[in-house]
Amino acid sequence: MKLRVNDHETEFDAPPDMPLLWVLRDELGLTGTKFGCGVASCGACTVEVDGVAMRSCVVPASALAGRSVRTIEGTPDGIVAALQAAWVRHQTPQCGYCQGGMILAAASLLRQNPAPGDADIDQAITNLCRCGTYQRIRAAIHDAAQTLQGARA
Amino acid sequence: MSPTLNRRRFLLTGAALGGGLLVGCSGQRLGEGATFAPVDGQVALNAWVKITPDDRVIVAAPRSEMGQGVHTGLAQLLADELDARWDQVSVEAAPLARVYANTALLLNVSPLLPDDDGLLARLTRASLQTVGYALALQVTGGSSSIRDAWEPLRLAGATARQQLLAAAAARLQVPPAELTVQDGQVRHAASGRTLRFGELAQAAAALPAPTDVSLKPASAHRLIGQPVPRTDIPVKVNGQARFGIDTRLPGLLYAAIRQCPVFGGHLRPFDLQAARALPGVKDVITLNEQAVVVLAGNTWTAQQAVNALPLQWEEGPHAQLDSAAVSAQLRAALQEDGTRFRHQGDAAAVLAQTPAPRRLQAEYEVPFLAHAAMEPVNCTAQVKGGQVTVWCGTQAPSLAQWLAARVADVDTDQVTVHVPWLGGGFGRRLESDMVEQAVALALRTQGAPVKLTWSREEDLQHDMYRPAAMARFEAALDEQGRPLAWRNKVAAPSIGLSTMQRLLPSLAMDMPDKNQIEGAFELPYTVPNLEVRQVRSATPVPVGSWRSVGHSYNAFFTECFLDELAHAAQQDPVAYRLSLLAQQPRHQTVLKAAAQRAGWGQPLPAGRARGVALHESFGSVCAQVAEVAIEGGRLRVHRVVAAIDCGTVVNPDTVDAQLQSAIVYGLSAALMGEITLKDGRVQQRNFPDYDAIRLADMPRIDTVLLPSTAPPGGVGEPGTPPVAPAVANALFALTGERLRRLPLRPAQQVKTT
Repeated sequence: MKLRVNDHETEFDAPPDMPLLWVLRDELGLTGTKFGCGVASCGACTVEVDGVAMRSCVVPASALAGRSVRTIEGTPDGIVAALQAAWVRHQTPQCGYCQGGMILAAASLLRQNPAPGDADIDQAITNLCRCGTYQRIRAAIHDAAQTLQGARA
Repeated sequence: MSPTLNRRRFLLTGAALGGGLLVGCSGQRLGEGATFAPVDGQVALNAWVKITPDDRVIVAAPRSEMGQGVHTGLAQLLADELDARWDQVSVEAAPLARVYANTALLLNVSPLLPDDDGLLARLTRASLQTVGYALALQVTGGSSSIRDAWEPLRLAGATARQQLLAAAAARLQVPPAELTVQDGQVRHAASGRTLRFGELAQAAAALPAPTDVSLKPASAHRLIGQPVPRTDIPVKVNGQARFGIDTRLPGLLYAAIRQCPVFGGHLRPFDLQAARALPGVKDVITLNEQAVVVLAGNTWTAQQAVNALPLQWEEGPHAQLDSAAVSAQLRAALQEDGTRFRHQGDAAAVLAQTPAPRRLQAEYEVPFLAHAAMEPVNCTAQVKGGQVTVWCGTQAPSLAQWLAARVADVDTDQVTVHVPWLGGGFGRRLESDMVEQAVALALRTQGAPVKLTWSREEDLQHDMYRPAAMARFEAALDEQGRPLAWRNKVAAPSIGLSTMQRLLPSLAMDMPDKNQIEGAFELPYTVPNLEVRQVRSATPVPVGSWRSVGHSYNAFFTECFLDELAHAAQQDPVAYRLSLLAQQPRHQTVLKAAAQRAGWGQPLPAGRARGVALHESFGSVCAQVAEVAIEGGRLRVHRVVAAIDCGTVVNPDTVDAQLQSAIVYGLSAALMGEITLKDGRVQQRNFPDYDAIRLADMPRIDTVLLPSTAPPGGVGEPGTPPVAPAVANALFALTGERLRRLPLRPAQQVKTT
């Protein structure tokens, strides 16, 4: 099976129903994408597929042939880099387990809406964080959006 | 105590006479440099700090980093006394060794009142610290890491600094008094000469450790008290952080498990050969008739196969157990006398003499709760050549080592435990069930390493749960509404007993359990006639420590019932509490700070109300004011203000983060957390039916850190207990509905008057 992951063509052997999550983690060694629930509820497994956030634990990798997958390990583009920097500035992580998924969910939001309001963030970021970093996540998304807007201006 | 610490005095006296969190062995707690395993030209000056040839300072972190920022906090303590530059400091997980024992942990089991400073209390605390050291408890929990580290890590830094100065003095042929440490270098001001740590370390390590070391006064701290950035954050935003579940090894086998869903049941025999023939399956192993494990070449194949097995369970004696039966059992237990934990005056007599209008009673209840850390339970183990290696995000590596050795039947020194980052702990990772399972599997794979990953369903259905609990209160008020008598009895399973049944069943005894009643018997309010009792009532459900342990329910019970008293007395809840805290200046200050920041007493928009709660736990006092509304028929928490006196603040940004975290954790439980039982099983399966607060439901949280130069109190847990009662009390203010059970499910609408 072939898949484009973080701008590299990859090839691997896996059952056709194997979700992208497990292909990334167990076959490709990209462990930044996390297992949290297996039922697309918590979002710890969030990746971007062609720039759109997707919960990789319920999507068979075989369904993504020809599409481009970004994981948290990928070389950051401007949006991801701005989010990562804002995450550090706001000291967001707590345990950090959910944060890769959070950052990619936020990246997907900023691609579609460069200046999201609180309600947009509420609607788009539905990932679960048991450490309760939500307040800092919200602040970091606003901060990254402003940085990116400043860079564009 | 004088800031000059004499190591001999440490050795001989310790906490009982000196006060504070010292053990008789604090001097020994400097340890030997060899323990910290220096490599590549590193020089260890003691067990806590290594210096590299290029001047980096590496601090030993024997506590597990699960997001609480402990690695950073420990390093701040040492680096401040060493006068290191923060950018030259890094942190390395410490190996297992007695010098790294957590001597503050067991203070959490002492049934002393927090403000008891008598000789007997001091001796008791010193003994508990010595026991922690003797048992070499390398455990992260009970909000104890910084409390434990406060003296030894500063001492380690100060000692290392003095050795570096002595080495520099010899090198430069000047008196040590003419030397200072600035920006991570030793300077001789008169000549302008400087020496780097890296070029002094070897000579410093060869010197005898000094016997008299001065610790800085609080006013001289440069790193302690500063919001320095956490050392672990950069790798947690780019996917580089390796959690236990991310362990990858050559030849790794991936394991999925299915455990008996019924408490007390076991597996019926089944066709193992057929199971082993399933596609992709490398082996199928049963564990003590309690679980079936499939080994495969990846996690997905193992999970699919274990789900496909035609398993049948002998359901055992508890197959009828349900939540109603647990409630009925606890209610019946409240009829027993139980064990008295607090007694003054004669509450029973006063209650009997008080006329009904001035007598209140109420019954409160909370359900079992799961921990539900984001990283599901997992452990990797390898048994090869008589050596056992474990990779596990555990809060208790020393217990993990002991249990791994027991399962593999080897000595503990043949077991190496690696502790990567933890994807949340909350008390679940104090348990070692996953370690015992992984080692048992690794014994049967001919040397191949095995990674066991539980599904979320297994994680929720096989927890060591926060106990279900029930409390019955009676109170009598005087003519002015002040409490004359307060009687509280709490029925709940004992975590101590349940834990001993897991660890050392032959020694498990039903004994008075402080953790079951903590947060109830320490009632800080002035009540002349007071009686607090515990009834331990075991169920088949295993119970364990869940962030703030007994405080998690006793604060809800106690602070809500106190609110009922304020209402009966027709007094403002903050003013009423303050009137009963004349003997508790620390509580008063914290409560006033929270009320002020929250704008207590000032008008709110229509349809909103505030509630307050105040609670001491783990050596810290925390007050919270919650602001709530009913929106779309749902209880909505808009804002939580938290004020805390946690003694010296080592890192204010970490304390702020931990308060936010503790509040969200407690709020998730208050609004939606409930593990229910039916047919002897846990009914909840995954996050869709055991959900927690998400971003859209997040209240604004404001924190107030009270200034203090007292030794640090705990920080990870004290923010959790007050939030449920603050929200329940706010809901009462809003609707007049007094909810005495968690999670809060309001039936009534906003009061219209």
